[in-house]
Amino acid sequence: MTAVVRIRGLVRAFTLRGVLNGVDLDIARGEFVALLGRSGSGKSTLLRALADLDFEASGSGEIVVPANISVVFQDARLLPWKRVLENVTLGLDGPNVRQRGLNALEEVELGGRAASWPYELSGGEQQRVALARSLVREPELLLADEPFGALDALTRIRMHVLLKRLSERHHPAVLLVTHDVDEAIELADRVVVLDQGRMVADLDVRLPPGGPDRVTTFTRLRRQLLGFLGVEDELAGATGP
Amino acid sequence: MNAMSGAILDVDEELPGAEPLTPAAVRPAKRLVRQRRLGLGEPLALGPLLGPFLLVLFWCVFSYTGLLDPRILPSPWATVATARDLIADGRLPSNLAVSAIRAGEGLFFGVAAGLVVALISGLSRLGGYVFDGPVQMKRSIPSLALIPLLILWLGIGEAMKVTVIAIGVFIPIYIQTQAALRDTEVKYLELAETLRLSRWRFIRHVVLPGALPGFLLGMRFAVMGAWLALVVVEQVNATSGIGYMINLARTYAQTDVIVVGLVVYALLGVTSNALVRLVEARVLRWRRTMAP
Repeated sequence: MTAVVRIRGLVRAFTLRGVLNGVDLDIARGEFVALLGRSGSGKSTLLRALADLDFEASGSGEIVVPANISVVFQDARLLPWKRVLENVTLGLDGPNVRQRGLNALEEVELGGRAASWPYELSGGEQQRVALARSLVREPELLLADEPFGALDALTRIRMHVLLKRLSERHHPAVLLVTHDVDEAIELADRVVVLDQGRMVADLDVRLPPGGPDRVTTFTRLRRQLLGFLGVEDELAGATGP
Repeated sequence: MNAMSGAILDVDEELPGAEPLTPAAVRPAKRLVRQRRLGLGEPLALGPLLGPFLLVLFWCVFSYTGLLDPRILPSPWATVATARDLIADGRLPSNLAVSAIRAGEGLFFGVAAGLVVALISGLSRLGGYVFDGPVQMKRSIPSLALIPLLILWLGIGEAMKVTVIAIGVFIPIYIQTQAALRDTEVKYLELAETLRLSRWRFIRHVVLPGALPGFLLGMRFAVMGAWLALVVVEQVNATSGIGYMINLARTYAQTDVIVVGLVVYALLGVTSNALVRLVEARVLRWRRTMAP
């Protein structure tokens, strides 16, 4: 597999917050990687380094990323003074920009809301618009910084399904930063765990297609990952081997 | 169903089998709009006009009973009659037109200059270093204090008058617009960077629309400022305009003409403010907080 992302010996330090202490990570073309970690583990710092948004950080190391990167933030970050469609097509050039935007909105099931103002949308809908804004750019790498963190549990499940489907269709490499272990296992091919600025785990989490195997694998991975995060899952531990 | 909206004391009889309710626990649930217990109460349609109405009412009463000497303040009906005469003989319309053009010119140049300087100062670091200090200094000098200097430079003609108004307009436009430009949120800056927007597109799609509420706030102050400055400059050797009309009336002790002039000033201020608010409501539709 050809890597679209290659990180070697990445070190980042801030005067005020999180640090990275020599992180190595490869993400293959079209691979869905979830990045887990406790607060302050450096996972957002890593994502911001990849997004080229870490101006206030000093450090060293090497980052190779594709030219076409898209970021989905925790807040939808729609411009309140632009209608939904204009938010999606913001900064796009070329022919059929409007049609491409409409198609992207259709994909996130918001085709009918193109002319709405952002404030007229619910939190989940706003995040779907943000997803459309990212996907319309056909990114090679999609960076998502806890994109569902601010959503309620039911909306989050719907968003998982949507993101899974869209990533399978468009096939970008994805780096999803989250602190939700279940979300990481469900969505990703691979989960890496960051602790105090170091990579402490790198697991293949592709689940068997269905049946009891799927459940046991899920449970095992979940316990494993929670262990790396320093959380004793007593409920799962009671039934474990 | 009637039990819900019916009299509180009937509840026990109308809901057989239900727990006897203490009256304090019963609260009419079927109501379209409920008022907050600690709120200000329901707004009235013409409520804001109550104060002005009472003012005129007292004016009428005091004038009618003779408590108010017409030489101090003419009665409302005398004022209306005078206004009608002034309109009929063309003095009010012609002076009003002169004043309006004066204020309009000052507003135009003041807004244009304020906007240009605010853009330079708000969008570039060097521009901010160059322009912000002097404008903040000017801010603490009242426009009135500049009049002697401006008379020496520009004479007592129209140029001086328009300049004084323009300076009064320039300040609020600059202050509000520049602050709004500089207040562009970092999160939108980050978004623009990840979307790889060019600087021009960033300014056009993110910074400028985001600063529009600030500009319009400045515009409200500016419009008020234009009329206020007008009142001041029209006391300085004017030969036309509402201020001139008032000054002339003072010479002949025509209190009624003075009052007409003052009412016209008040109406101009209120109307132009309402006009700006109307524009705001249309342009800032994207803001949930805009009250229609």
